[in-house]
Amino acid sequence: MSSTRTGTLDDLKSVAPISRSKLSFALGDVVFKFTALFFALVVLMLLAGIIYMLVQGSLPAFQAFGLGFITSDEWDPVKEVYGAWPSLAGTLVAALIAMLIGLPLSFGIAIFITEMAPQWLKRPVGTAVELLAAIPSIIYGMWGLFFFAPFFAAYIQPGLVATLGPLPIFGTLFQMPTLGGSSGVSVLTAGIVLSIMIVPFMASVMRDVFEIVPGALKESAYAMGATTWEVVWNVVLPFTKTGVVGGIMLGLGRAIGETMAVTFIIGNASQLGSSLLEPGTTIAAKLANEFNEADGLQMDSLIAMGLILFVITFIVLMLSKLMLMRLAATQEGKKT
Amino acid sequence: MSTMAAPQGGNVSFNMASAVTKKSVGAEHVMTDKVNGVRHVANGKLILRDLNFYYGKFQGLHNINVSFPERQVTAMIGPSGCGKSTLLRTLNRIYDLYPGQRAEGEILMDGQNLLDKSMDVNQLRAKIGMVFQKPTPFPMSIYDNIAFGVKLYENLSKSDMNDRVEWALRKGAIWDEVKDKLGQAGTALSGGQQQRLCIARSIAVKPEVILFDEPTSALDPISTLKIEELIHELKTEFTVVIVTHNMQQAARVSDYTAFMYLGKMVEYDHTNVIFTKPDKKETEDYITGRFG
Repeated sequence: MSSTRTGTLDDLKSVAPISRSKLSFALGDVVFKFTALFFALVVLMLLAGIIYMLVQGSLPAFQAFGLGFITSDEWDPVKEVYGAWPSLAGTLVAALIAMLIGLPLSFGIAIFITEMAPQWLKRPVGTAVELLAAIPSIIYGMWGLFFFAPFFAAYIQPGLVATLGPLPIFGTLFQMPTLGGSSGVSVLTAGIVLSIMIVPFMASVMRDVFEIVPGALKESAYAMGATTWEVVWNVVLPFTKTGVVGGIMLGLGRAIGETMAVTFIIGNASQLGSSLLEPGTTIAAKLANEFNEADGLQMDSLIAMGLILFVITFIVLMLSKLMLMRLAATQEGKKT
Repeated sequence: MSTMAAPQGGNVSFNMASAVTKKSVGAEHVMTDKVNGVRHVANGKLILRDLNFYYGKFQGLHNINVSFPERQVTAMIGPSGCGKSTLLRTLNRIYDLYPGQRAEGEILMDGQNLLDKSMDVNQLRAKIGMVFQKPTPFPMSIYDNIAFGVKLYENLSKSDMNDRVEWALRKGAIWDEVKDKLGQAGTALSGGQQQRLCIARSIAVKPEVILFDEPTSALDPISTLKIEELIHELKTEFTVVIVTHNMQQAARVSDYTAFMYLGKMVEYDHTNVIFTKPDKKETEDYITGRFG
């Protein structure tokens, strides 16, 4: 017993240098900790700086027009009267169209890749989706303006107007535009191109989260006799809901903030048409178009619109968090 | 290692024999002929004929001929990779999910060949439930975990569904532990409770056969004991087939035992025969711990 003790003591002496290097390691740990803290604070400072600039810059516009700035649809640089409504509405409508088309599409792609595709097809389809995400937005804009919009105007638009146009109320969204009808630039085409742009993001996030569902969990649902759809809807989706909502928000954020492609295709009309086939504008497109020549109140109004865009994305983020919390609550607190 | 294993193995087989003799089963079974190490039983619920199974080019099962008796517990033992799980996974055709895996031969249940192309696998899986190695509660409440399977086949009123859920949870020996928290997530239960929830979930659709794939290998001894007791009770209503790598467990819970090795059915007989006087040398070597 005692001999082992002395043995341990000897060991301790022999390892003494190691404990000194441990001290320097502890010092490194402290340095590392504060470096990391600094980087984390940089993010907060950046955010605060951007918010400050946006609020400061937009104050004159809000002082001049009040909250009516948000709902006014005037945009007249000569009379110096500005309102954000057409751009704001255009942003929301284009993003909504993009989500309506893009969400089912990406969901289908992700389910196909993870649950149904034969092994040899998984990789090509997955890679194609990732390549779509790598295409710069300006190329989508060019493709949209030079190919898709004329194609849409020639082959799809007349059909839409003929079939959906006569419907009561809903039909007003699909009236033939009074101007620019033949070029195909419109809120609808912008929304469609946006949907193509956000699909790769949403689809690849969904595919990644669907792939982490444990095989045994899916197998046990199949072993109950569930069909592929029942397994996906009742087991895969609830299991991955956080990731799926995250992917959707990523897509929505991109749809709301996308600038270049939308500027190409939406037509940049300052007026808000009742038909989706009319040209329109979004906040991002408006900013990109007018920043160069703007000064004075016009500049302030543009910055104010930037602030509104920021607030919208913030609200979207908040809603998604709320949604996740409610989903978690229904899963755990559902009463029988 | 082999010098160590011999005395230990002898010890194990002694324990096993005593475990077997403690049970009151065995006497009522009719002894039938034994062909190539496989005892044929008269009351077969699942009858396997010339069953071969392939993982792509690799053959996982070779000419399995055996029948699993109705309302009895049949255990399958054997070293890792011997094909016991593969055999279990052919019974509910869960291998169908994976391209490249295929089975040939016949699996007859009530005169119907389960491997038939025209067989509706979803209906088949309603009749043959399965419990997996790790507990796999679905990401939903305890109540919905049970109701999930029932809803796939039956359109029950709310009160009927409540009754069914309670019935299944009672059968799964977990009702008393969860009756006050049916709305909570199934994933919040302990491992042993989760596994009993999964058993209750299988019971809820009123299957005829329940397959267990090493159901206790991820559980602590107390939970294991509870599940073994539960399996023992289940055989009054269901035909049970269990894969286990724990030989004492096979001895404790089963009426019949199949010993498999290298994809072949080496020996199949009453559990007490397998663990006390097996015909085959390989079986004896395995249960005494001399290899595997």
